[in-house]
Amino acid sequence: MTMTTQRPLEITSLTKVFPTPSGPHVAVKDFRALIQPGEFVSLLGHSGCGKSTVLAIVAGLSSASEGGVIVDGKEIEGPGLERALVFQTPSLLPWMTALDNVLLAVSQAHPALGHREQKAMASKYLDMVGLTEYANQRPTELSQGTQQRVAIARAFSLEPRFLLLDEPFGALDSITRRELQDLLLDLWEQDRKTVLMVTHDVDEALYLSDRIILMTDGPESRVGLELEITLPRPRSAEGSLDHPDYFRLRREVLQFLEHHSKQFSSGGHAGHSNKKSSAVVV
Amino acid sequence: MNLLKNFALSLVGATLVVGLWALVSTTISKDLPSPIKTWTESKVYILQPFDKRGEMDQGILRMAAYSLYRVAKGFLLAILIGTPLGFLLGNSLLLSKMFDPVIQILRPISPLAWLPLGLILFRQSEPAALFTIALCSMWPTVINTMQGVRSIPQDYLNVATVLRLSPWRRFTKVLLPATLPYMFTGYRLSLGLAWLVIVAAEMLTGTPGVGGFLWQEYNSLIYSHILLCILTIGLVGFALDRLMGIAETRLRAA
Ligand SMILES: Nc1ncnc2c1ncn2[C@@H]1O[C@H](COP(=O)(O)OP(=O)(O)O)[C@@H](O)[C@H]1O
Ligand SMILES: [Mg+2]
Repeated sequence: MTMTTQRPLEITSLTKVFPTPSGPHVAVKDFRALIQPGEFVSLLGHSGCGKSTVLAIVAGLSSASEGGVIVDGKEIEGPGLERALVFQTPSLLPWMTALDNVLLAVSQAHPALGHREQKAMASKYLDMVGLTEYANQRPTELSQGTQQRVAIARAFSLEPRFLLLDEPFGALDSITRRELQDLLLDLWEQDRKTVLMVTHDVDEALYLSDRIILMTDGPESRVGLELEITLPRPRSAEGSLDHPDYFRLRREVLQFLEHHSKQFSSGGHAGHSNKKSSAVVV
Repeated sequence: MNLLKNFALSLVGATLVVGLWALVSTTISKDLPSPIKTWTESKVYILQPFDKRGEMDQGILRMAAYSLYRVAKGFLLAILIGTPLGFLLGNSLLLSKMFDPVIQILRPISPLAWLPLGLILFRQSEPAALFTIALCSMWPTVINTMQGVRSIPQDYLNVATVLRLSPWRRFTKVLLPATLPYMFTGYRLSLGLAWLVIVAAEMLTGTPGVGGFLWQEYNSLIYSHILLCILTIGLVGFALDRLMGIAETRLRAA
């Protein structure tokens, strides 16, 4: 991986309009973001504000009504294996074993390898998420958390440069969620892929991210506030939660979510600046 | 225990029906052969089920085998045409809007209506019979396959899209396995229909088989053999449905 030569992922004044029976619905309007190589960015906002809409467009699953996504200086046209997506539900194919689910991804990303090498590679990624002995089980035999581990292994097995996650731990109980957050952090520390993660969990965003992009409420949702998360890395549950910055940042996020999101969506962005913090007004 | 009880209950039910049959045959309808008469006149066919004494005078299982072979060919034709058609219609809203009304109109047409058309088209009884079986029995396969394709969870399709599966891999790795249970439900219903059609097809074409035999014995006024054929058709149909049912549960469990 040569991070230094990589260019940022750019989302340029992205607008998404859904046609609905009651007329066009502008879910997202003029959303802009620049994500640096190796940066872990969270997209945070109230449910229904348009986070998944933005992520689906970055993943190439859906197309923008206006604006677009620029990767390596080129506007994307649909999905690409350099951008791996982890869905909220594990979305494993139930007729395949855990290993075969990962193998399907490996065979797509590395078509030149022989079947044996592909299989070894799929095993390697299953090992990496701690599921060596679950390789031959079907998704239905696995717990939700274990399934999501397989989904993470599948995403990493593509050896992508960008990792896109849509509330990957949203459906899990809090203990499993914490485990998987630590797993994701561990994996990310290994080669620092560029990550864009959607979440509505404030603590998750603070714990994992370098930067949080807060979205205003929809319709016409856009970037309301960006916060650099200055907590030192590597992070751990004990160390990071006790850090004095943690509570300040957390309060700022909550304040935005409670008071400013509506105001921002209707009244523009003027006037909000907080010199004490690392908040960036956009 | 429960199984035994259910079996005993089915025996009681069957006995009651045979009793009713005996009663009707001795009171209201003297032309209807009684169960005993049916047995004595048919036992050659049952006890030597695979004998061949003449073109239209063969053991009942031999006759059933002819019919089954014919049904198998027609059924195969039905699913070979019906499955791809179902996939096509399930994948394209345009096509399904175009052809749905046609299918709804073709579906209720009786085999007795198709058969003469088949005879005109093919000038021979065997292909006409296959044509009729296939045309009558393929609709459940078409409709269930179509339904199956439409009910594939969006998540699976998204996985196929983000993994950039080629159209062929998308089909074999995602569409086909996701649709398989629906397809099998269609196959089961189609096989039932194909068996239902066989009698009509054989009656009108006079080919050997249970249906052909039934029609011949009607013309020769040997009514007990008609009952033998009816019972055989029912039992074979029941066995076919059970076999498909077992295959279906196997498939769902896998
Ligand atoms: N396919 C669609 N058609 C119409 N409206 C949609 C569609 N997808 C999403 N929306 C609407 O767009 C808004 C944003 O949705 P979404 O991006 O899923 O929100 P989030 O992920 O932040 O919860 C919602 O109001 C939702 O109802
Ligand atoms: Mg969402």
